[in-house]
Amino acid sequence: MQIKERERIEKRLEELEKMPSFKEEHSIAQMLQEKGISRRDFMKWAGGIATMLALSPAYTPLIAKAAELSDRLPVIWLNLAECTGCSESLTRSEFPSIDSLIFDYISLEYHETLMAPSGWQAELSLQNAMEKYKGRYILMVEGGVPFGDEGRFLTIGAHAQTGKELAKDAISKSAAVFAIGTCSSFGGVQAAYPNPTNAKPLSSVSNRSIINVPGCPPSERNIVGTLMYYVLFGNLPALDAYSRPTWAYGTRIHDLCERRGRFDAGEFVENFGDEGAKKGYCLYKVGCKGPYTFNNCSVSKFNSGVSWPIQAGHGCIGCSEPNFWDTMAPYEKPLADRSFQSVFGGMGADWTADKVGLAVLTATAIGIAAHATIMKIKESKGE
Amino acid sequence: MANKRIVIDPITRIEGHLRIEVEVDENNVITNAFSSSTLWRGLEVIVKGRDPKDVGLIVQRICGVCTSSHYRAGIEAVEDAIKVNLPLNAKYVRSMIAQALFLHDHIVHFYLLHGLDWVDVISALKADPKKAEQESFKYCKTPYATGEAELKAVQEKVQKMVDGGQLGIFANGYWGNKTYKLSPEQNLIALSHYLRAIEVQRDAAKLMAILGGKQPHPQSFVVGGVTCVRDLLDPSRLAEWKTRFENVKAFVDCAYYPDVLMAGKMYANEPSVVQEVSVPNFMSGDGIALNAQENLFNAGYILNKDLSQAFKIDENLIMEECTHSWYQENKPLHPYDGETEPNYTGFVEKMTIDGEGKNVAIPAINEKGKYSWIKSPRYDSKPFEVGPLACMLVGYAQGNERIKRVVDEFLQASGLPVKALFTTLGRTAGRMLQTKLIVDYGMETFNALIENLKNDESTYTPCPIDEKKEYRGRYIGEVPRGMLSHWIRIKDGKVENYQCVVPSTWNAGPEDSQGKKGPYEANLIGMKIEDITKPLEIIREIHSYDPCIACAVHVMDTKGNKLGEYKIDPKYLG
Ligand code: SF4
Ligand code: SF4
Repeated sequence: MQIKERERIEKRLEELEKMPSFKEEHSIAQMLQEKGISRRDFMKWAGGIATMLALSPAYTPLIAKAAELSDRLPVIWLNLAECTGCSESLTRSEFPSIDSLIFDYISLEYHETLMAPSGWQAELSLQNAMEKYKGRYILMVEGGVPFGDEGRFLTIGAHAQTGKELAKDAISKSAAVFAIGTCSSFGGVQAAYPNPTNAKPLSSVSNRSIINVPGCPPSERNIVGTLMYYVLFGNLPALDAYSRPTWAYGTRIHDLCERRGRFDAGEFVENFGDEGAKKGYCLYKVGCKGPYTFNNCSVSKFNSGVSWPIQAGHGCIGCSEPNFWDTMAPYEKPLADRSFQSVFGGMGADWTADKVGLAVLTATAIGIAAHATIMKIKESKGE
Repeated sequence: MANKRIVIDPITRIEGHLRIEVEVDENNVITNAFSSSTLWRGLEVIVKGRDPKDVGLIVQRICGVCTSSHYRAGIEAVEDAIKVNLPLNAKYVRSMIAQALFLHDHIVHFYLLHGLDWVDVISALKADPKKAEQESFKYCKTPYATGEAELKAVQEKVQKMVDGGQLGIFANGYWGNKTYKLSPEQNLIALSHYLRAIEVQRDAAKLMAILGGKQPHPQSFVVGGVTCVRDLLDPSRLAEWKTRFENVKAFVDCAYYPDVLMAGKMYANEPSVVQEVSVPNFMSGDGIALNAQENLFNAGYILNKDLSQAFKIDENLIMEECTHSWYQENKPLHPYDGETEPNYTGFVEKMTIDGEGKNVAIPAINEKGKYSWIKSPRYDSKPFEVGPLACMLVGYAQGNERIKRVVDEFLQASGLPVKALFTTLGRTAGRMLQTKLIVDYGMETFNALIENLKNDESTYTPCPIDEKKEYRGRYIGEVPRGMLSHWIRIKDGKVENYQCVVPSTWNAGPEDSQGKKGPYEANLIGMKIEDITKPLEIIREIHSYDPCIACAVHVMDTKGNKLGEYKIDPKYLG
C-alpha cells in the first residue's frame, strides 16, 4: 500500500473521530453486537469493500474503522425526473446481514420513497436536515433535471418548488454530491432525442464538483461503494473524464467479460436462442456494446452477484455512458451498423462527442474485421 | 364557515411525484378532492422514430419499481403488431418474471410503502414482547419472526433510535394519530415484519435477476422471445429459482397474510377505511400464464359493484381525454390516435392550511382549469378502478375457482362482509390475496416450463420487420398495479406512434369533461379527517392504490407531425 494514501486515510479517520457523533450511544460496534454480527463477519465485510474498491487487503482494518465512525454521516436523497430504479437498486444492497446497518449508520434524513412523513412534514424533514447538518450531509440525487419552461416540468412540495431550484439549494449546503444513475449523471432517458423537457445532468445546476455514478440503474455495489469511498478518504475518488470513479468505471465491460474468449476466437451468437447462444458465444453481433462501455458489471454483477445482462444472453446496452440512449441504439445491432442514424437528424448515433469512445470504436472495428478475416481464411482453408 | 383547503405534496412512499389537495367542511369532512401529478418526462415522444425492437428497453424506464411490466408491454405490443409466434419457453419465462415482480412489488408496497399508514412505530415501543408473541398465534399457526426474544430486539433497536433523537426516515411521521387502530403488541409484530420484508424483497428481486440478468431493469426480453437460454438449461439455476420462491412463499403465508388479517379485524370499524367506493366500476387484464392454455387472472370488467356478472372488454371503447390535464387537445381519443402537446398552466395562489394549522397563501391547484400531467382514461365514457382489487373482483364475478377460494377464505377468516371489499381496506386485502394466489399456484408455471424443456429448447423466433408494411399492435395485461396497455403504430420499420394507458392513469387521473372524477378523487370525498394538519386518512387511502405516478405520466406527439420531425415548442427549451 502506498504510504501517502495510507496517511490520507488515517488523517481522515482522525477527523471523523473528532466530529461530534449524532448518535452517541449508537456506535456501529454496538449495533453489530445487537445484530449478532461477529467481529469476524464484520472484518470479512470490510475486506469485501476493499476488494470492491480495488484496494489492497491491507486497507481492511482502516475500512472497518471508517465504517465504525461513519454513523456521523447524514444523507439526503432527492428524486428528480426519474423512474425510482436507482432507489430500488440501493435497497438490493447486501453484504452478510449488514445492509440494514448501512441504512442505520448513514442516517437517511430524506428519501421520498422510504420516509414516513408526507406533505408539510416531509418538507420539514428536509429543511431540518439541511439546516442542522449544513456543510456536513451527503447529497445523493436520482433523476435528471428538467430545464424546459424554467424547470416547471417538475415541481415538488406545497410551495411547488422546481426540481432545479430544490437541487441547487440542496447542493449548496452539502458536503459532497453524488449524481446517482445515468439520469442524474448525464440527463438519462428523458434527455434522449428530442429531449422534450430539455432535461440536463445534475452538474448543469451548479459548479460544485459532482461525482457521477451512472448506470441504468447503477448496481447496488457501485452506489454503496462510492459512499464508502467518501467515508474513507473524505474527498473525491479518482475520476475519469465523465467524473465517474475509476475504481468502478475504469475498465470496459468487454475487457473482463466472461464471453471475451469467444470474441477473440471469433465465435458469435448470430440469433438469440441459436446454438451459439446455448454455448455462450460472444454477443457482439446481436448488439453488445460492451466494447464501448466503462463499468464493472462483468466483475461485480448485480443483485449480490446473481447475474448480469450478458450472463442472461443479452448484449450490454452501454447504460453507463453519456447519451447512450441515442449513441448506442439500435440495441440488437453492432454499433458499426447504423441504419437508424438518420432518424435523429444527425444528432443521434453520430452525436458521440467522446473522442476516446470513437477511438475505441475504431480499434474494435479493426479487431472485428481482423477476426472476420481470420475466420474467412480459416474457412477457405477448410479449418 | 368557508371550506378549508389542505395540500399534501409530496405524497411520499410512492413512485413518482404526486400532489393531493382536498377541501374540508367545518366538521373536517372532505367535500372535494384533486389529484395532480407534477412531473412530465415525455418518453413516448422519445421512442418515436426508433427501431421498434428498442422500444421495450426504453419504455422499461417509465418505472424502476414495476421494472419489467413496461419492458414486456413494449415488446409484446410489437410482437402483436408483427404477429410473432412466441416459443412456449419464452412465454413461461415472462410469466415467471411477472410472478416474481408481483411478489416483490406487493411485499415492498405493503411493508415499506403502505405499512406505516397502518402501523404506529412509536406505539410498538410500549408493547410487551411476550404478549405480542402470543398475539401472533391468533392470525397464523406458524408465525414469522415473532418470537419474544426477536421482538424484544426489534423494540430495543427502535428505542435506541428514538433515544438518540435521530429518527431518520421515521422522523415527523403521523405517529399517535387516533385512527391508528393496532394495539402496541400488534404494532410490534408488524414492525418486526417490516424489517424482515427488507430482506425478503431482495430474494424476490433475485428471482427476477436469475432469468432477467439484473433487477431493477432486467435485460433478457427481446421481440421474438427471451435471451436467457443458458439459465434455462442450467438445473442449478432452476433449483435456485425454486428455493428463493419458497423463501418468499413462507413470508407471504406466515407474515403478510396474517398481518392483513390482523389489520382487517382491527380496522373493520374505522370509517375512513371502510367507506364504500364512489367509482363502482372495476376492470382487469389477463395475467400470469400457468400453462399453455390457462391464466391465473383473466380480462374483464364489472359495473356498479355487481359481482353477479362480468363483461368482456371491447378495446375500441378505451379513450383518453385532457380537459383538466396539461395538454392542448381535450377531446376523447382512442390510444391508437392519441395526441398531446404539453400546455403547462401551473398553479394559482390560494389560502391553505399548513402543517401547523395556520392559513397560508401558496401555489395551489386550479380546478377550473388544467391541473395534472395525467390524462383521464375512460371506458365507454365511464371511470374505472384498476388494480389488484379489480383483478380479484372481476375474477370472482367470472367464477374463477382459484380466486373465489382465496377471497372466500379471507372473508371468512376476517369476519368481514363482501361489501368490505369495495373499500380502502378491501384494496389492501386484494393486493395481499393476489400475492397469495401467486405463491399458491405460481409453481405450476415452473413445472410447465420443466415439462416443456424436455423436448423443446427454443426460446426465440427470428422476426424481421418489413419496412414496406405498416403495422399496429397493442399489449393489454394485468401487472402489479392493474391493467396496463401499450399501443404502437409502426411505419417504414420505425415507431410512428406510441401510447401507454397505465393503471395509475385510470386511478389517479383528474376530472373529465363531464365532471366525472377518477377513483383517487371520487373516493376521498365524504371522508372525515381526524387532524387536518396530519391527514393520515388521505395518505392511507391514496397509498392503498400503490400509486405509480411516473408510470401514469406520458405524452405523445402532436397530430400531423411527421416521423423524426417532432417539434418542441421553443417556450419549453428554457
Ligand atoms: S462483445 Fe460483449 S459479449 Fe462479446 S466479449 Fe465483448 S462484452 Fe462480452
Ligand atoms: S452490462 Fe452494460 S447495459 Fe448492462 S448494466 Fe452493465 S453497463 Fe449497463
